[in-house]
Amino acid sequence: MGKVKTKTGPLARRPDNSAFKQQRLPAWSPMLTANTVLPFFYFMALICMFLGVWLLLTVQSTKEMKLDYTEAGTCDRCFEKRKNVSNAAQPCSCTVVFSIGKKFKGDVFFYYGLRNFHQNLRRYMDSRDDAQMVGRKKNLQTPSTYCFPFTTDQNGQPIAPCGAVANSMFNDSFVLTYHMPGGRPEKVPLLRQGITWYTDKNIKFRNPKTENLTLPEVFKGTAKPLYWQKPVYELDPLDPTNNGFINDDLIIWMREAAFPNFKKLYGVLNRAKEPFTTGLPAGNYSIEISYNFPVQYFRGRKEVVLTTLTWFGGQNHFLPIAYLVTSSLILLVAIVLTVVWWKFGKNGKNMEE
Amino acid sequence: VGCFCEEERRVRANDREYNEKFQYASNCIMTSKYNIITFLPVNLFEQFQEVANTYFLFLLILQLIPQISSLSWFTTIVPLALVLSITAVKDATDDYFRHKSDNQVNNRQSQVLIRGSLQNEKWMNVRVGDIIKLENNQFVAADLLLLSSSEPHGLCYIETAELDGETNMKVRQSVSVTSELGDPNNLASFDGEVVCEPPNNKLDRFCGTLYWREKKYTLTNQNMLLRGCVLRNTEACYGLVIFAGPDTKLMQNSGRTKFKRTSIDRLMNTLVLWIFGFLVCMGVILAVGNAVWEREVGSLFQSYLPWDPPVDNFLFSAFLSFWSYVIILNTVVPISLYVSVEVIRLGHSYFINWDQQMFCSQCNTAAEARTTTLNEELGQVEYIFSDKTGTLTQNIMSFNKCSINGQTYGNRPTGTSAEGENPFYKLDFTPFNPLADPDFCFYDDTLLESVKVGDLHTHEFFRVLSLCHTVMSEEKSEGELVYKAQSPDEGALVTAARNFGFVFRSRTPGTITTTEMGQTVTYSLLAILDFNNIRKRMSVIVRSPEGRIRLYCKGADTVLLERLHPCNQELMNITSDHLNEYAADGLRTLALAYRDLSEDEWEAWSESHRCADKATDCREDRLAAAYEEIEQDMMLLGATAIEDKLQEGVPETIAILSLANIKIWVLTGDKQETAVNIGYSCKMLTDDMTEVFIISGHTVQSVRQELRSLRCPPPPPHPPPPPPPASPPPASPSPPSNLMDNISGEFALVINGHSLAHALEADMEGEFVSTACACKAVICCRVTPLQKAQVVELIKKHKKAVTLAVGDGANDVSMIKSAHIGVGISGQEGIQAVLASDYSFSQFRFLQRLLLVHGRWSYLRMCRFLCYFFYKNFAFTMVHFWFGFFCGFSAQTVYDQYFITLYNIVYTSLPVLAMGIFDQDVPDQRSLEYPKLYEPGQLNLLFNKREFFICITQGIYTSVVLFFVPYAVLSNATQSTGDFYFYLTVLLPCTKRTPLFSLPVQTLFRIFPNQFHFVGSAQSTLLQPVVWLTIALATAICIVPVLAFRFLKLDLKPQLSDTVRYTQLVRQKKRKMGRLGARSGSRRSGYAFAHQEGFGELITSGKNMRLSSLALATFASKHSSSWIDTLRRKKHTHTHTPPSASGEGQMQPAKGSNLACGMNL
Repeated sequence: MGKVKTKTGPLARRPDNSAFKQQRLPAWSPMLTANTVLPFFYFMALICMFLGVWLLLTVQSTKEMKLDYTEAGTCDRCFEKRKNVSNAAQPCSCTVVFSIGKKFKGDVFFYYGLRNFHQNLRRYMDSRDDAQMVGRKKNLQTPSTYCFPFTTDQNGQPIAPCGAVANSMFNDSFVLTYHMPGGRPEKVPLLRQGITWYTDKNIKFRNPKTENLTLPEVFKGTAKPLYWQKPVYELDPLDPTNNGFINDDLIIWMREAAFPNFKKLYGVLNRAKEPFTTGLPAGNYSIEISYNFPVQYFRGRKEVVLTTLTWFGGQNHFLPIAYLVTSSLILLVAIVLTVVWWKFGKNGKNMEE
Repeated sequence: VGCFCEEERRVRANDREYNEKFQYASNCIMTSKYNIITFLPVNLFEQFQEVANTYFLFLLILQLIPQISSLSWFTTIVPLALVLSITAVKDATDDYFRHKSDNQVNNRQSQVLIRGSLQNEKWMNVRVGDIIKLENNQFVAADLLLLSSSEPHGLCYIETAELDGETNMKVRQSVSVTSELGDPNNLASFDGEVVCEPPNNKLDRFCGTLYWREKKYTLTNQNMLLRGCVLRNTEACYGLVIFAGPDTKLMQNSGRTKFKRTSIDRLMNTLVLWIFGFLVCMGVILAVGNAVWEREVGSLFQSYLPWDPPVDNFLFSAFLSFWSYVIILNTVVPISLYVSVEVIRLGHSYFINWDQQMFCSQCNTAAEARTTTLNEELGQVEYIFSDKTGTLTQNIMSFNKCSINGQTYGNRPTGTSAEGENPFYKLDFTPFNPLADPDFCFYDDTLLESVKVGDLHTHEFFRVLSLCHTVMSEEKSEGELVYKAQSPDEGALVTAARNFGFVFRSRTPGTITTTEMGQTVTYSLLAILDFNNIRKRMSVIVRSPEGRIRLYCKGADTVLLERLHPCNQELMNITSDHLNEYAADGLRTLALAYRDLSEDEWEAWSESHRCADKATDCREDRLAAAYEEIEQDMMLLGATAIEDKLQEGVPETIAILSLANIKIWVLTGDKQETAVNIGYSCKMLTDDMTEVFIISGHTVQSVRQELRSLRCPPPPPHPPPPPPPASPPPASPSPPSNLMDNISGEFALVINGHSLAHALEADMEGEFVSTACACKAVICCRVTPLQKAQVVELIKKHKKAVTLAVGDGANDVSMIKSAHIGVGISGQEGIQAVLASDYSFSQFRFLQRLLLVHGRWSYLRMCRFLCYFFYKNFAFTMVHFWFGFFCGFSAQTVYDQYFITLYNIVYTSLPVLAMGIFDQDVPDQRSLEYPKLYEPGQLNLLFNKREFFICITQGIYTSVVLFFVPYAVLSNATQSTGDFYFYLTVLLPCTKRTPLFSLPVQTLFRIFPNQFHFVGSAQSTLLQPVVWLTIALATAICIVPVLAFRFLKLDLKPQLSDTVRYTQLVRQKKRKMGRLGARSGSRRSGYAFAHQEGFGELITSGKNMRLSSLALATFASKHSSSWIDTLRRKKHTHTHTPPSASGEGQMQPAKGSNLACGMNL
């Protein structure tokens, strides 16, 4: 009877015998044995060492020159002048001189830098209208409320570009001059265009459709930001195509920095002419600064930076050193582990205790 | 009379107007919670009662305040909506199915007698007071009073499977006056009124009175057909609706069971609260920072960025900043945590359901996880409370021995060794008795001789067995008898009588027909003094054809021996000795007796019985008193002994479980000797034990005395520390300092129900617990269901350990419900236990797989999952905290908003979930091989507050690395991308089952601070080699310390699971290296290994070689040993399953009227 039951009794409710349901799926579950861990550590140490040395050598070949011009040279006069708000409209220019000991070979990048300027405050970063920046007419006339209180001017005209970010745009300008030994001063040519990313220049920032109108006509009915001296369509007097929202300086400024001390690209050395075809020659230089941007309110500093670049960026000593330190630490750990393993746990000694 | 505070129920038949006055519930049932309109509000309301959901709603509201909103609202609403909708969909589907089944039930047709004619009505339209007609195999529509039936005497048969899970048939009988109302016309004019108790949930009781034609008739449960029953073997019957719809006993019983939570759940809640506190702390720190910054720096910066209009000073700004940070940092309190945990548990539950090795092919039942929220607790069980009957034993009975008039029969070595192999000895009854059941086994032919010789006592003995019972018989064709017994004991006894020539043929309410030694005899049945758990006996009073009136009684020996005539003293002594012998063999015993009654005695008693029977109040007590009155001065006939078979694999399972440091307590209603014996046969008690203490005092003092005396050898009153995790080194030479050291010798405790009652009193329970827990095995016998629950509660209270109760009968329900985990064995005793349980399967031995494999894995996976989860959320969120110091505490986010939104639900959930569901550290066979692997769960080692803090620290370390490494790189970098902050963040290890990579391996990187359109920036930044260099560096710095630490831990202090994996690895390698003989080599190493780890203690203590070899053998040679089991099984079916169509079902006993006297408490 029992037999009959097992035979005829259907195993209908018997669960499937699949690897998934029976939890027999194949798996890779490595063990942290000495055979795997120790070689891995040595390997990592080697890789890091290699990278560190390589990076260090690369970094050695870069040149960098930093110059804080807040009160340097003749700029102390302008610094004092800008302390008083009522003088804001008055132009002020000053000159700072410096020299470079060794030639800057290759492409040289010209940055301006600000210290203690918080572009990363939440409300500051929010205070912009990206829809306006891509050229939507509607937002040109009625900017987003995020721009408040830089939405409209006293007359109720909408501001273009609106918001705190655009309003506080850096507006010093620089002229770099090379004083050849025994020669006459030579202006260093800088490429002031083509320094933005493609995606910024062509997608995120666009002028409103002109439709046979000139740029000033398009922006008619809008006001310039409060702190600006020129309207947005006259930012670059030299190149009319570099005006409006697609102005390179504006775009670069609008990409907010993550930390209060930051540098932004101002221009790249134009190597078309002698003596700059191979880079920036050693010698004396002067920078003539049109000193407009006040920093004393927020105890900030201004600086210019000249630097050459390598494949992984500018003169960055941290990365190679970090790699070297990490590598030596890993090596140390690996050696300690090896010793410990050799003495105490070789061949899984503890496992078979 | 309002129906809300209904004190009694009045129902008049065929009078809807009268009944409507009381506004009784209609027969329409509604188990669903929602309808289309109420679904959304009600469901949302329920969901928002979860703290986590409310918290996120609160966040959402915060985010709508523009001054605070540091993240746009969709970052919260997307995950919240996702979580809510997943839950809502689940609830909705559940409810849809409830609606469907409600509809199906409500629309069933039944025939209702309306104005003298039968009409088809839907169930939901049936009213209280209607008379409805039921046909064979129909479900009973409401609680009915049986009025008449097509069968003689107003009998009808029902099956109550849906009600209490018992599949055997039960008899119901109508009150005699109404049973004559055969046809609809008579019934239509029936206008009796029923007064009865209000609706309640007691399935086995009903008290009421029928008033009809100026007369009163008592109504009992015997007259009731309850909703949910099925009519069987009865052509048709009529019933009066008493309770309808939600008032029916079925619906009243469907109360919700109390919601169980696991300890991990509770820990998780605490941790979430802590995290919340931590979040507030961070918020406060950052807000203070904001205040200072706004005052020192921000105020100077105002020309570029004036304060928002409502803000007029730095303090207010700080206040707002606090809330902004609460929003930003909310990812430390993970919304998806609860959902993920549920998903993981659900997955584990499915794995339990799918496990083929927990499928019982004999009963065609797979294991079932009925609760999906307790899985990881299965990996932490420390105490198992087991029922005996039906759980450890099969509850299949065989008539094994008997003692008749001081002479014992059936002596044959019992036990597995000598069983069944020699068919020569099995008695062949057929030549002697054509009606014998061929499956019946008995080996002692002296008993048969004695019957043949015509020994009067022997005849009387079997006569009792053939008369005194409640078995129903079915005779399909001449001589082919099928017994339907309510308990297997009874079936076994009646079958024994049948084979020895006293064949029970049939019964009517007033007669019993038997064939005694070939002659048909009909006794008139005067009374059945039914069994109940208090009386522990049943009697019948019959009048023999000769006119002699005799009371036959069978019952528990303790009860029966007290009620004997004094002249039985000598016989009683001999029989008692026999009873003790039987009990020592682990047999279930019953004593049999009779009493001759004179006509006068019978008349007098009959009158008092009728009186008691008619009483409306305390009727049961009065009946019991009346029974007591006549069951006196009886003459002892003898005793029976029935063997109770152990289930398959029980001793092995118990051995393995106790090696896993799980303590097993047996709580049984059985008598002490039987319980102790089962204890021996399932290896809970062994002969090697130092001592088995027995506590059986009747008074508080004596129990206290006994408890104290146990602890006497170790003199000082010790504080009750938890038992040492591993048993202490045996035979330690150091002088014993406290009890625990002394326990190294193994002790066992056996305690009786009446002593237990005292031991459970408030002042003694501490003492009891510490003593009991020091013992290796504890057996509580003669305990009531309530006491079972009390014992469980006691351990829960005092030991803070996870308890598991396993049982199969209705008497285990309380225990199953009060333990942390209840396991129901879907076996012989109905399915009430299963319905109350959290897990169910059909064999006790599956418990080892449930705990050691599934439970262990579940616990492990859940712990690892939680560690990772907290780790990744901290690593992710703390970056904002660091960034706060650089952005003027302005609550600027580092990550893109979409990224924040999706981080928890998409980027990192799936890998972690996959790990949480599939991870295995060692294969299942190994966890059974090394039960010690179970210990980390019991000690709660894998996830506790310490582990949590380690995870958090790791997370914070990771966040520091992730923030400051790129910061250092980029703040130094002068390049065209210098004004961009490249950000790295972690994507959690997605490698399935790779415990190695507990740390960020894959890094996903993000770019700051463009609010949107970040794809363009990503495209430009990703081309920068410096980004990749930074990612590599950060990853290396994150991984190396942890990797080194883990390696050291593994190498120097490996856990058992690591060791097992290592051995596995070595074995695999050896197998790969060559086929030549490598196999046996690796085998040997595995065996040696098992000795060291799992069985070391046993062997060093020299305690139990047998046990260890046994445990090993189970798994090494499961197949080779199973032939014994097969054989045993076969024998059982042969002995005890009468050839019947309905198969196993009929053997299931009825709890309510269990005749197995005193067995099934």
